[in-house]
Amino acid sequence: MPEDRCGAGTFGGRVMLTFMASDSEEEVCDERTSLMSAESPMPRSCQEGRQGLENGEGAAQWRGQESEEDHEEDPDRYVCSGVPGRPPGLEEELTLKYGAKHVIMLFVPVTLCMIVVVATIKSVRFYTEKNGQLIYTPFTEDTSSVGQRFLNSVLNTLIMISVIVIMTIFLVVLYKYRCYKFIHGWLIMSSLMLLFLFTYIYLGEVLKTYNVAMDYPTLFLTVWNFGAVGMVCIHWKGPLVLQQAYLIMISALMALVFIKYLPEWSAWVILGAISVYDLVAVLCPKGPLRMLVETAQERNEPIFPALIYSSAMVWTVGMAKLDPSSQGALQLPYDPEMEDSCDSLGEPSYPEVFAPPLPGYPGEELEEEEERGVKLGLGDFIFYSVLVGKAAATGSGDWNTTLACFVAILIGLCLTLLLLAVFKKALPALPISITFGLIFYFSTDNLVRPFMDTLASHQLYI
Amino acid sequence: MTAAVFFGCAFVAFGPALALYIFTIATEPLRIIFLIIGKSSEGLKSINPGEKAPSMRLLAYVSGLGFGIMSGVFSFVNTLSDSLGPGTVGIHGDPPQFFLNSAFMTLVIILLHMFWGIVFFDGCEKKKWYTLLVVLLTHLLVSALTFISPYSGLNLVLAYIILVLTGIWAFFVSGGSCQSLKLCLLCQDKDSLLFNQRSR
Repeated sequence: MPEDRCGAGTFGGRVMLTFMASDSEEEVCDERTSLMSAESPMPRSCQEGRQGLENGEGAAQWRGQESEEDHEEDPDRYVCSGVPGRPPGLEEELTLKYGAKHVIMLFVPVTLCMIVVVATIKSVRFYTEKNGQLIYTPFTEDTSSVGQRFLNSVLNTLIMISVIVIMTIFLVVLYKYRCYKFIHGWLIMSSLMLLFLFTYIYLGEVLKTYNVAMDYPTLFLTVWNFGAVGMVCIHWKGPLVLQQAYLIMISALMALVFIKYLPEWSAWVILGAISVYDLVAVLCPKGPLRMLVETAQERNEPIFPALIYSSAMVWTVGMAKLDPSSQGALQLPYDPEMEDSCDSLGEPSYPEVFAPPLPGYPGEELEEEEERGVKLGLGDFIFYSVLVGKAAATGSGDWNTTLACFVAILIGLCLTLLLLAVFKKALPALPISITFGLIFYFSTDNLVRPFMDTLASHQLYI
Repeated sequence: MTAAVFFGCAFVAFGPALALYIFTIATEPLRIIFLIIGKSSEGLKSINPGEKAPSMRLLAYVSGLGFGIMSGVFSFVNTLSDSLGPGTVGIHGDPPQFFLNSAFMTLVIILLHMFWGIVFFDGCEKKKWYTLLVVLLTHLLVSALTFISPYSGLNLVLAYIILVLTGIWAFFVSGGSCQSLKLCLLCQDKDSLLFNQRSR
């Protein structure tokens, strides 16, 4: 009977999901919430300055010192000015140009992910039904009083955030001690689960919603092909667009899981807490994510390509061949023959290797125009989509709230990317967007929605 | 209600705005972003040395269109999504053309916002305060029409008349003239057309 199958699937799914959630926590933790531009080579003096910065001084302090000396100049100038000899206006313009380009390059995938999640939430009933909770949020929200419910959601959040913190630290420790095979195996297990199990469940629910019959052989063939190509694209080589598409799809699937299994109030508190954690983890000198990024930069390795969405890929002509033994198990999965990003400005975009070239690397040539993409962790996609999906899922089925949250997240992303163009180091992508998203959600849902509903029902226009 | 109603009303209300976005803004995203963050780049400077007004017009157009789209979307999207569900329009004696009226009204509001944006920015630039007052009053007039008058047909006709008038005003404010309109329509002076487009 369909109910039994659904129940068994869900129960099995929940057990698997809890196990999966542990993987996904790990997957969500590392590099998920930092947003970094592929590094532009900076002159030595500037890098030493940065080392001094990382030795415990706050960025605000450094800026204060700089601005005392040259207070007439543009505050952007405290950032390393790149190649000496460039006029300052051109440098600033290039900074802004790259920031603006990156804004465009990331708007599309973030929008696509959110569209997929919202479309699924609005049409497939399964993801809005309550069918138990994750093991990480054990306290129920079906309590008698509001205070108790709030307390339970705060406790759920504490547990979830501690799990995430522990997993992140564990991952950073593994990475520091070069246990690449372990990490690689863990990542492969997580993406296997996402690409096969979650896709199977998702496809099943969509088919049920639209009452489309599909026989098991066809289903097996479809899921197998989808999953196998996904594994190849994400962990090995594949066309960039296909890899991006798969990363968007697995982010959407993960976000749907969170939307289904996180109770309402816990979800909002978790979103708030996670953006605070992201801020701390990426910006504090001893934050785990910052240490991860720095270790990867020191070792001149890319960080877990399976968990980062990259908007562009360029390679250089004059670069010496990378020594495979220096890369360890996390070999660069990209084929140099892959096409680079489209260059709308028509500049000559010299292809370059994905790994950040350190100054003095043998055989490197510094090009004049570095055409690099920007990388966004998959966890950012996931949490953006969770916010918008929750806004779409709750109660009234109101589209104004969903759209307001969507706009808020894009505005936050835009601001974060412009900050990235200014600061040129790894930045947390969650705080600004999630803050705006939460503010817009609660104000639109409580203030704007009743007003607009009344206006629309009487055809009143303001 | 049928999918035909849904798609028809959606395209009526948002089609022109979307077309404007796709053909004018989406093709020049960098220029728009630069305008919005307020830094005129070397590129823009080289096109029009020392002249701020044309880029301000583009900013006025973009912001007017943005406000219009947001306003239109917020007022119409819930109605659209209801049109996909079950129901009978006008079963209690309300006009059965509820959706179509709403769609046309949304369209006129979006286009009006765009024209108001252009005129308003120009008024602020040239310090013509009566312009601001007129924009405000026309906006109030159009909204008050929907509040007070129960005849949606009359509302629509009046709103479209105001739209045409505001459109003509915005056209002349942004530097158009009868000459350029004639040249454009007759496709006579190709160079002039391109020049006008670029300096807008």
